[in-house]
Amino acid sequence: MSQSLEAYLVLSVLLFGIGTFGFLAKRNAIAMLMSIELMLNAVNLSIIAFGAFTPELAAQASTIALFVIAVAAGEATVGLAIVIAIYRIRRTPLVDEYASMKE
Amino acid sequence: MDLTFNAEAATGHGAETLSLTGASSEQAIAMLLILALPLAGFLLTGLLGRRMGERPWIIAIAAILIATGIGTMLALGALSSEEPVRYGFTLYTWIPAGDLQVEFGFLFDNLTAAMMIVVTWIGSMVHIYSIGYMAHDDAKWRFFSYLNLFMFSMLLLIMADSLLVIFAAWELVGLSSYLLIGFWYKRRAPKLAAKKSFLVNRVADQSFLIGIMGVFLLTGTMNVLDSFVGFASSAEPWVRDLVALLLFVGAAGKSAQFPFHVWLPDAMEGPTPVSALIHAATMVNAGVYFIARTSPIFASAPETMVLVAAIGTFTAILAASIALTQKDIKRVLAYSTLSQLGYMFAALGVGAFVAAIFHLMAHGFTKGLLFLGSGSVIHAVSGEQDMNRMGALWRKIPITHWTFLIAALSLAGIPPLAAFFSKDSVLGESFILGFTWVFVIGAIVAAMTGFYMFRLMGKTFYGKSHVDPGVEPAIHESPRSMTVPLLLLAIPTIFLGMVIGLPLGDSTILHWLEPIFLPAEELLAIQFPEYELFGVDGALIIVSVAVAALGIGVGIWLFGIFNSRARLETVESLTDRNRVSRFFYTASQNKWYFDDLNHLVFYRFGGKVANGVMWFDVKVVDGVVNGVGTITQSVGDNIRHIQTGHVQNYALGIALGLVGMAALFMLMAR
Repeated sequence: MSQSLEAYLVLSVLLFGIGTFGFLAKRNAIAMLMSIELMLNAVNLSIIAFGAFTPELAAQASTIALFVIAVAAGEATVGLAIVIAIYRIRRTPLVDEYASMKE
Repeated sequence: MDLTFNAEAATGHGAETLSLTGASSEQAIAMLLILALPLAGFLLTGLLGRRMGERPWIIAIAAILIATGIGTMLALGALSSEEPVRYGFTLYTWIPAGDLQVEFGFLFDNLTAAMMIVVTWIGSMVHIYSIGYMAHDDAKWRFFSYLNLFMFSMLLLIMADSLLVIFAAWELVGLSSYLLIGFWYKRRAPKLAAKKSFLVNRVADQSFLIGIMGVFLLTGTMNVLDSFVGFASSAEPWVRDLVALLLFVGAAGKSAQFPFHVWLPDAMEGPTPVSALIHAATMVNAGVYFIARTSPIFASAPETMVLVAAIGTFTAILAASIALTQKDIKRVLAYSTLSQLGYMFAALGVGAFVAAIFHLMAHGFTKGLLFLGSGSVIHAVSGEQDMNRMGALWRKIPITHWTFLIAALSLAGIPPLAAFFSKDSVLGESFILGFTWVFVIGAIVAAMTGFYMFRLMGKTFYGKSHVDPGVEPAIHESPRSMTVPLLLLAIPTIFLGMVIGLPLGDSTILHWLEPIFLPAEELLAIQFPEYELFGVDGALIIVSVAVAALGIGVGIWLFGIFNSRARLETVESLTDRNRVSRFFYTASQNKWYFDDLNHLVFYRFGGKVANGVMWFDVKVVDGVVNGVGTITQSVGDNIRHIQTGHVQNYALGIALGLVGMAALFMLMAR
């Protein structure tokens, strides 16, 4: 374990950046959900890092991180369900095909 | 002499004014009943009349007869008391709004009593007469419910003590008049006449309403009696003149004075009982009543008073000159009504208020009788109204003829009939008060009155018969429900003047009404000199009777009486003698082209203005409103393209926004 907070934060920013890029750039809905998970985990990492380096925040940081994991799990479930439902109708996982709400 | 404004009296410290006492509960209930009965009659007949079969008039007539009984008792009680009475009560506060407190209150004094007698008695006579006259109409129930509505409105008008209530009643009589003129709405002419009367009245009513607001602004009260107190000292003379002028325009509209006189002759398209009740005896007197009721307001505006006299005198001679040549029997009477109303306004204008109300009463009964008589004539000749297609009727419809003759003589001013006394006091008092021009023109009009009434008599009742041969055998005297009202109305036409107009110069009606007009007379500094029967007043009577007799004589000479022959060739040679006489004859027949003038001004020219206003409305006002909508729509149409429907575009937007916010936060935090 590194002794430097910055190292964790840099890693967290990198992960978040990759997640964001993936979300914006990938056309596959499943891949986009994965990118979201990556962003959530990047945020989780920074929260835990703050908690570990600041003893007063340790308890709250763990609680928030657990919440985020739980919410992420729920989000993944609902997201996947929606994607599968759309997939059944449209026969494609590519989000650019899902533009019929425009009109 | 001219009218002068007495500034001392304006401070309100003149002689004692008639004080208002609270009505006893019996009086209050009686006054409410007088109003409630016709209102109930209107509602019941209007709602249930269709199911009441052949006699839908039962409720309506019962309501009016009971109201007449109560009204007469109240009126006689007021008129016969030693001290002049004035009592009133407030039913409730109609509009409680800060400084504006309008009470729904009633007032009863001798002026109300005099009007009450005219309205209720002629009203009941007309109701009874209508049973016979409207017998063949399918919508009798509608007719009688409208008549009841009119009675309610008119009685409210004369009993109300607040300017705003008077205005409401003013509009209600206008509405019932509109409904009754257009009673035969399936025919074109009554429909147009109803619309015309309503529109002309509306124009005048606007001015009336503004005048009422003016009184409220100056005095801070809507109560008629309270408004007198401060009015005379409330503002600059020209402001008072203006307010009185606005009120006068309203009164002139309802009473059909020049230039609003055009609606009344057309109103004759309504059923004849309506012409008798509304357009001769009661509603058209509302303007005269209003000016008399608010006499202190008008007395505080002497310039307007002179204008009232001038308009009245002008209308009198204008209408009389038109009446000379009309062919329709009801139109002659209508123009005669205008002319007599002109007399009343002239009397009001010179400050002879008592004479004006006296003439109102006498003329009301006389002209009511004349109109009901003309209805009986029209009934006899199966609906014909053109006098050129009548003649020689006097033996065939004797009751109608004799009552008509009495009324014609009364209207012409032959003693001792009712209108002689009243017309003589109008003319005499204008002369005494220094308005010689009113007297001179009034005397000329008196001669014309005698002439056109006996032209009408000659053409209708005497000479050779010009009745359609097909109708001739069917000529019959009217049913009893029509002749009895004629006979009953003949009684006041004969005796009213003798009962309340004597002794001359100290008459009963003077005692009745003098206390009411005292404040106004004081404001105008009017002092009536001692009455001299064997001096100037007697001479004036002789003059007015002489001119009336002259007019009647010429009428009889030209158009015949009883069995004597009419000189129609002479008439023709007189009217056709040269270009001037031809011009006057056609101009009079065409009512001095006032209808054409109105057509030109308000239809041709006014129509152009209205079109211009419509252009502005359509192009500018609607353009702005529609423009806002169009612009919004097109902006939305254009920017909807940024909504691509691709979820990643939105996500990019969110991400950029997030970056932007973060950047901003870092800049700010530094």
